Amino acid sequence: MVKDIFNRIYLFLIFVFLYAPIAVLIIFSFNNSKSRANWNGFTLKWYLQLFKDPDIKKALYYTVIIAIISSIISTIIGTAAAIGIHNMSKWKKTLVMNITYLPILNPDIVTGISLMILFIFFKVRLGFVSMLLAHITFNIPYVILSVMPKLKQLNKHLYEAALDLGATPAYAFFKVIIPEIMPGIITGALLAFTLSLDDFVISFFTAGSGVTNLSITIYSMARRGVNPTINALSTLMFLCVLILLFIVNKRTSKDANE
Amino acid sequence: MKKWNLAAFLLILLTVLGISGCGQQNKVVLNVYNWGDYIDESVIEDFEKQYNIKVNYETFATNEDMYVKIKSGGTDYDVIFPSEYMIEKMINENLLQKLDFSNIPNYALIDDQFKNLDYDPNNEYSVPYMWGTVGILYNKTMVDDPVDSWDILWNEKYAGQIFMLDSQRESIGVALQKLGYSLNTRDVNELQQAKQALIEQKPLVLAYVGDEVKDKMIGGEAALAVVWSGDAIYCKRENPDLEYVIPKEGSNYWFDAMAIPVTSKHKKEAEMFINYLCETEVALKNTDYIGYSTPHAKAKEMLSEELKNDRAAYPLPEDIARCEVYKDLGDFVTEFDKVWTEIMAQ
Repeated sequence: MVKDIFNRIYLFLIFVFLYAPIAVLIIFSFNNSKSRANWNGFTLKWYLQLFKDPDIKKALYYTVIIAIISSIISTIIGTAAAIGIHNMSKWKKTLVMNITYLPILNPDIVTGISLMILFIFFKVRLGFVSMLLAHITFNIPYVILSVMPKLKQLNKHLYEAALDLGATPAYAFFKVIIPEIMPGIITGALLAFTLSLDDFVISFFTAGSGVTNLSITIYSMARRGVNPTINALSTLMFLCVLILLFIVNKRTSKDANE
Repeated sequence: MKKWNLAAFLLILLTVLGISGCGQQNKVVLNVYNWGDYIDESVIEDFEKQYNIKVNYETFATNEDMYVKIKSGGTDYDVIFPSEYMIEKMINENLLQKLDFSNIPNYALIDDQFKNLDYDPNNEYSVPYMWGTVGILYNKTMVDDPVDSWDILWNEKYAGQIFMLDSQRESIGVALQKLGYSLNTRDVNELQQAKQALIEQKPLVLAYVGDEVKDKMIGGEAALAVVWSGDAIYCKRENPDLEYVIPKEGSNYWFDAMAIPVTSKHKKEAEMFINYLCETEVALKNTDYIGYSTPHAKAKEMLSEELKNDRAAYPLPEDIARCEVYKDLGDFVTEFDKVWTEIMAQ
C-alpha cells in the first residue's frame, strides 16, 4: 500500500518535471507583456502576430517541408539499404553496420561542418538543396537501425515460399517482405521526421542564403530575447502533435481489437 | 493507400520545384543577415515595395556564427550586421567590400561621434546601426550601497544575488576593468589576475546568464546584474525599481554596424538598403522597436524627452570618455578562451 502511494507520487513527479515547462510556455503565450516575469493579462496578440510574421512563417514552412521530404527519401534509401545489409555475408555485414553507427555516434557539429566543407568543395550553393541533402544523410542510419531488427525477426523462408507459390520476386517483395517489416519502416520514418524537425547544429552549417528553419530562427533570438510569438507557435505545434498522437493511438487500438 | 502515398509524394515534389522556380524571376533578391529580432519587420516590407527588390531576411545569434558562414564562402549575403571587433577582423581578412558612399547619402545624418572610429578608421567599410554600453543593472530596493564601481560585484554582502553574463569578453572585461587594465589587454599577466578575480567572485555569483537575465531582473530574483544597455532600458520600463550604471572604472562601448561582404553580388542594391535604414523615419522605427540607442542624429532628436535624457540609453560624454571599444584580439583570443574555460571549470 505504502509502496503503491510512493509509486504514484514518483510517477506524478516525473510528469510534473516533463510537462511543467510546456505548461508554463502555453500559459505565457497568452501573456500581454513581452516579459516572462510579469503577467499583464490575457491576450491573443502573439497568435495574431505569428500569422503576420514573415520570418517565422518562412522558417516553419522550410522546417516542415524539409522534414517531410527528407524523412520520405531517407526511409526509402534506408529500407533498401537495410535489406541489402541483411543479406550480406557475416563479416561484410559487421563492417557495414559499424560504418552505419559512426554518423550516429559522431557529434553533430563534426557532421555539420564536414558536410558544409563537402558542399563547398563540390560548389553546391548552401541553401535548400544542401540542407535537404544533409538531413537525408543524417536520417538514413536511424532508418536502417529501426528496420534491421524487423528483418532479423522475419522468417527466412517466407520469401522463398512466396516464390514457390508463383509470385515474381518483385511481387513477393512488395506483398510479403514490406508488410512484414512495415512497423520498423514506420518507426524509422517517424524517427527521421522528428530528428529533422528539431535538428539545429547540422542545419545551421548547411543552410544558406534564403533558407532557415525554426531552430535556427529561435536560436538567433537567444541574445536579443526570444519573441513570445515563439511561445504561440510552440503551443500550436504541441497541440498538433498531441492530436496526431491521439489519432494514431486510436487507430492502433482499433486495429488491435479487430 | 499506395496511390494516396504516390499523390502526396508528387505534390511535395512539385512544391520543391516550385520553390526552386521562384528564384528565376528577374527581381533582384537581396540577402540580409542580421541579429535575431533586431529590426522592425515592417521596415523590410516597406523597402521591398518602394524599391521593387525582394529581401531574404535571415538571422544569427553571435558574431562568430555569422563569421563562419561568411568565411566558408558557401553563401552570398549582401548586407551583414557585425559588431565592431568583428568588422576589424573581417577587414583584416579582406572579407568586406569598400562602400560607395555616394550611394549612401543618408550617411550624413549619422552623428559625427560615430564616425572615424578605431575599427574602421577611414570610414570605408561600415555604417553604424545601433550602439550601447555594458554596465550594472541593480534593484534599488535590494542594494543600499552606492553603485558606481565594478567592485560591488565582489561585495560579499550580495552573495548569491549577482548575475554575470555568460559571454567571455564581457565577463573577463569586467574583471580587467575592475583591476584598472584595458579590455583589450594582450598581457598574459593581467589576464591571469582577471582570472583570479573572477574565480574569487564565483561563489558570490548566482548564475552566468544570457538573455534570461532580463526576466530574472524584472522578477526581482537578484540584486545586481551585468547587462547590455538596451536590455537595461527594457528592464527599467518593465520594473521601475531597476537602475543602470556605467561604473567609474569604465566599461565597454560597442557598435553593431552594416557592411557588405565580398561575396555579395548586388552591391548597389545592398547600398540602397543601407541608405534606406539610415532614413530618419526608418531609423526611428527601428530604435523604437529594438530599444537600443541609435547613432542617427535626427532620429535621436525625435525620441521622447524621457528616453533622450535617460543616461542608460544616451550616456553623458563623460561616461563615454571612460569607455573602451573592443579591438580584434587576433590570435590572443585563444588565451581568453583558455582563461574562460578555466574559470567555468572551477
